[in-house]
Amino acid sequence: MSTPERTDAHGQPSFLVDHGPRRGLLAWLTSTDHKRVGILYLASMISFFIVGMGIGVVMRLVQLTPFKDLVTPQTYNALFTLHGVIMIFLFVIPGLPAVFGNFFLPILIGAKDVAFPRLNLASWYFYMAGAILAVTALFTGGGPPDTGWTFYAPFSIKTGTNVSLAVFAAFVLGFSSMLTGINFITTIHRLRAPGMTWFRMPLFCWATYSTAWIQILATPILAITLVLVILERFFGIGIFDPSKGGDPLLYQHLFWIYSHPAVYIMILPAMGAITEILPTFAKRTIFGYKAIAFSSLSIAAVGSLVWAHHMFTSGMSGVALITFSLLTMIVAVPSAIKVFNWTATLYKGSIDFQPPLLYALTFIFLFCIGGLTGVMQGALAINVHIHDTYFIVGHFHYVMFGGTGFAFFAALLYWFPKMFGKMYSKRVAYLAWWPLFIGFNGLYFAMLVLGLQGMPRRYWHHLPQFDTGHVIATVGSWFLALGLLIFLGNFVVALFKGEKAEDNPWGGVTLEWQIPSPPPTENFEEIPTITHGPYEFGEPGKEGRA
Amino acid sequence: MSGSSYPEASVQGHSEHGAEHRDDFGAKLGMWLFLVTEIVLFGGLFIGYSYMRAKYPGEFHHAGSELNATIGVINTLILLTSSLTMVLSLVAIQRGERTKTRLFLAATIVLGAAFLVNKSFEWAAKFHHGLYPNSPHLATLPPGEQVFFGLYFTMTGLHGFHVLAGISVLAWLYALVSKGRITQDRHAALENGGLYWHLVDVIWIFLLPLFYLAA
Repeated sequence: MSTPERTDAHGQPSFLVDHGPRRGLLAWLTSTDHKRVGILYLASMISFFIVGMGIGVVMRLVQLTPFKDLVTPQTYNALFTLHGVIMIFLFVIPGLPAVFGNFFLPILIGAKDVAFPRLNLASWYFYMAGAILAVTALFTGGGPPDTGWTFYAPFSIKTGTNVSLAVFAAFVLGFSSMLTGINFITTIHRLRAPGMTWFRMPLFCWATYSTAWIQILATPILAITLVLVILERFFGIGIFDPSKGGDPLLYQHLFWIYSHPAVYIMILPAMGAITEILPTFAKRTIFGYKAIAFSSLSIAAVGSLVWAHHMFTSGMSGVALITFSLLTMIVAVPSAIKVFNWTATLYKGSIDFQPPLLYALTFIFLFCIGGLTGVMQGALAINVHIHDTYFIVGHFHYVMFGGTGFAFFAALLYWFPKMFGKMYSKRVAYLAWWPLFIGFNGLYFAMLVLGLQGMPRRYWHHLPQFDTGHVIATVGSWFLALGLLIFLGNFVVALFKGEKAEDNPWGGVTLEWQIPSPPPTENFEEIPTITHGPYEFGEPGKEGRA
Repeated sequence: MSGSSYPEASVQGHSEHGAEHRDDFGAKLGMWLFLVTEIVLFGGLFIGYSYMRAKYPGEFHHAGSELNATIGVINTLILLTSSLTMVLSLVAIQRGERTKTRLFLAATIVLGAAFLVNKSFEWAAKFHHGLYPNSPHLATLPPGEQVFFGLYFTMTGLHGFHVLAGISVLAWLYALVSKGRITQDRHAALENGGLYWHLVDVIWIFLLPLFYLAA
């Protein structure tokens, strides 16, 4: 990082300047400042993301031809397991809450920090410990796990690979996620500035709040399930082992009771970030504030009751099938409410087209494809046809990467100038969009088609009739990787050579734009008193907030 | 858990205007949320138990008769008493009686340890009879009984682990009281530690009927 401005206009030092007794890296590793913790997460998550992306590119290379070369089947199993574990547990689940939640949640509600700053830093250490354990699992014991990220029993309790350590890594990462959830709920309940009522909170806070509830209500179920897998492997307790009276189906239920709500842990904060970006660039208040706030809560609630739609082919009663199918369709309603409110916000706004808006709109487009293919899978008959095919892989990449990933990028474009006080090249951000968008759709739309044609997921090689689709997908992955490198490189260049960013480069009206870029350590010279809603633009005499 | 990194930050929260940011209510809220996660953690096992019991009602009934209900009840009484001493230590600190606080905390720790000693005798007896996970003897029993003992060792084991964690927390609190860091005006940590201890107690109250009284 180049030398940040030591002080802002009011003589307050920026949080990027060390002011404790320690200097440099050590000061960062021991800082409980929520902004620094957020940047620690950002740096580590982007690193893991690049590793996961590299693995993804290699998998696509394997599928470029129908020949059985390049890697062994065992290696391929390890590759998709790792890609899943890294991307899901190390990138999308901590995702936006860990980076932007940490950095901006306290600022958006007018607080100086989260409720438990030390616990917050500890969460990052849990996260890193989990990441290190996951990496250790690759090189020790029986080699990298080959179960897929779902660790399905009974295979996960029988395979000789290093599942125990990988599962323990996921357990530790879960701890980090849970503690962050506890911290954010307490922060929102206790630290809102005077006058910051629940319905004056920016909607990103509502999204983070709903997410935090899922984090604390769902994650412990995963924790106990993973503990059971470890106990099965070491002591043979038999709960998932049919030869001892246990039931592997119980594993699937317990796993998805967490892992489906986890999908909403991944997407809700992304929706929250989009909801912050759109009003700023449409220069008008959000359409349907309460509808968006309550749709976050109802997604969290209904989303916790749909898990068994991952198991339609696993064997369940007809009543259970129909119930879960219905609930799955219902959860699409609050998501659609959000999409309609976003588009209605743009309607008759005075649109200021900037890179964050472009990426936010891309999010809406890709999320719609991801969401609607999800509703398709909720239909029982179609589900049987496309179960465990590339259709599923294409669908969740549209939601997780096209949704959460692009929202993460949009949020980074939106908030980067505030976080680091530097402006990136807008031209390069636009330039990167082309390979990203073309590559993304080439890769994952091809997967949707391949899946409908019958290409099963997780297969090491494919039959010649699937060749065309695989070639398109692989070429798409090259464009996508290129776009990602340009996109991320833009920020690295900006850190060192970027122009100084203004305090309010986008003309936003939420609290973070009323303080200097980068923010001072204390965030606010004086805790603000809030007198009106979060997105009030252009009312005479009310430019910005008091 | 609580405590701001910015001792100079004066106004934070709604009612606190002290020289140092301190939010006892916030700390307690955080603790309650943590307890929620603990309940859900055990909840996963309770789901497993309910499912298996519905699947094998007869076997669960029979296997439950292998457990020693007397020891189970004695352990319940021990834990209930320990919750009482925990509350008494909190009452003592609120009245500013430090010696009494430490005395009752020590009593709670001793009772927790007694519970674990009892438990270890019980487990040892089961092992002695060849009843332990993956044992040759267990493999000869009907599937439902194998699952019963799998759940029994997992759930009481996890609970025992929580008792152990609770004892460590209590020992830490004891040290804080001794050092004068927990006082009449500042006892949120003791209260939160107590909440945790009560939770461990409450979970046992559910384990007792599910296993020992299943017969």
